[in-house]
Amino acid sequence: MMTHTQKRKLINNIVMALSTLSALIGIGFLFWILGVLIYNGVDALNMNIFTLEGAPPGYAQSGLKHALIGQLYLVGIATVIGVPLGILAGTYLSEYGQKSRLAETIRDISDIMMSAPSIVIGAFVYAIVVAPMGHFSGWAGSIALTIIMLPVILRTTDDMLQLVPSTLREAAFALGAPKYKVILQVVYRGAKAGILTGILLGIARVGGETAPLLFTSFNDNFLNTDMMEPMASLTVTMYNYATSPYDDWQKLGWAAAFILSMFILGLNIIGRIIIMKRKGR
Amino acid sequence: MATIVDIKEDIALKVKDFEFTYAGAPAPSIKKLNMPIAKNSITALIGPSGCGKTTLLRSFNRIHDLYPGNKYSGEILFHDRNILSPKEDLIGLRIQIGMIFQKPTAFPMSIFDNVAYGMKLQGIKNKTELADRVEKALQDAAIWKEVKDRLKHDANGLSGGQQQRLCIARAIAVEPEVLLFDEPTSALDPISTTGIEELVVELKERVSIIIVTHNMQQAARVSDYTGFMYLGELIELGNTEELFVNPREKLTEEYITGKFG
Ligand SMILES: Nc1ncnc2c1ncn2[C@@H]1O[C@H](COP(=O)(O)OP(=O)(O)OP(=O)(O)O)[C@@H](O)[C@H]1O
Ligand SMILES: [Mg+2]
Repeated sequence: MMTHTQKRKLINNIVMALSTLSALIGIGFLFWILGVLIYNGVDALNMNIFTLEGAPPGYAQSGLKHALIGQLYLVGIATVIGVPLGILAGTYLSEYGQKSRLAETIRDISDIMMSAPSIVIGAFVYAIVVAPMGHFSGWAGSIALTIIMLPVILRTTDDMLQLVPSTLREAAFALGAPKYKVILQVVYRGAKAGILTGILLGIARVGGETAPLLFTSFNDNFLNTDMMEPMASLTVTMYNYATSPYDDWQKLGWAAAFILSMFILGLNIIGRIIIMKRKGR
Repeated sequence: MATIVDIKEDIALKVKDFEFTYAGAPAPSIKKLNMPIAKNSITALIGPSGCGKTTLLRSFNRIHDLYPGNKYSGEILFHDRNILSPKEDLIGLRIQIGMIFQKPTAFPMSIFDNVAYGMKLQGIKNKTELADRVEKALQDAAIWKEVKDRLKHDANGLSGGQQQRLCIARAIAVEPEVLLFDEPTSALDPISTTGIEELVVELKERVSIIIVTHNMQQAARVSDYTGFMYLGELIELGNTEELFVNPREKLTEEYITGKFG
């Protein structure tokens, strides 16, 4: 017979073993993915990737320049639109709307949008932009990415501003500061690191999107910087190349996957570092 | 009716029939309160927790107005005008009547920028003038020696007591006429507390001071007048020494002898 304590110890050990195992499986997959990515990606990397555009299969000389630049355009323009909008909206929620009905409704809607499948947002932009225009375009892609990015930035801004203690606001008001100066000079400063992290996470979130771009910016095998026309992106290019039967295209697909992952990993790491530094103080 | 001593000095602020009700609260937190505040003196507000000291103090610079729905009536006279009037210029009022909070409220910026903040708000841009006045304010707040070599450093790197003195420097830099202190030392160690108390006493040369405190020794040490509040009313305002030695109201006596509170 086992005593009560023995039994408890046994259960404790079993639970610990199981949870350790699960954690190891999770981490194992992560490293497996990274390993395969680095193994194949680094192998496929060379200078041509950055200097040459796409080419039909069989051409030795081809690269991802069109997709890299297209990606920068799509994500860059989404960021330029999404960041100020998101920060302004977040500021409204935290500093003006506060707990009002309107503010709470906006929070709910943006939470729903954050968990909406991105392909649905792609289909939406297809219906309101691509269909009326009659063709895919870089603008449509950037708009889709903006819509996906917006709630992330809006909610982090809102949360981070609310974390600034109200006594800090009161202290600024008590010196005779008008409200907009309190927000710009004191509240934003207090929330700077958090808002920046929100922006980075927002960019990282849209950087890896494929589905909404398939519906909107579509693809182009060559360099195009006209936002009115279809535009290449790393993700869609990767999808096309990786699913093609051609060896050299598949290699380019690996290179695209590698570059994209490093970009997003980098953004996430920077975001984490900012958060850690902030907590360390 | 409250027992109110005659004030020898000029009057800085005069509270008349002031009543204050928080948004959504069923009853007023301050009831028909009358109270004179002496000029260039220190008036301490004491009383049990929840009696309305903070509520009254925060009415003097209308900081309550940041939150919607609070209701108040009566008058607070300052330079013969009623500062509770809807027409009152709150920015101007808050420059004249400064406030120091219970916890230090250093802004997330450099020590220099903290002290310069209020002056910059008033449009002072001249670098030498700013530097001079920042130095003067820090000296007056007895913290210049400790920070003069690190004015560009983040103010949040200072100790709690230093931050509180920095906040005092920031408040006096704009040369207010009145300073409101809400338990300014309750978050500080005894040495920092002594420093702040000495500073407050020095400041009365230039400003009229109202200080809320839970510490009766502190009230006795620093103040000239002491007001005892209970359940939203002023029970007694007296010369500090007299009030503690020889209170005229029974409630005051019970409170200062520790019978309740
Ligand atoms: N924001 C608020 N909303 C509603 N009621 C409030 C609010 N702040 C304070 N009160 C109430 O008003 C009354 C007076 O509070 P106040 O903070 O002025 O007391 P106090 O004398 O400063 O107490 P303490 O010594 O604990 O700081 C209390 O009954 C309190 O519950
Ligand atoms: Mg209080």
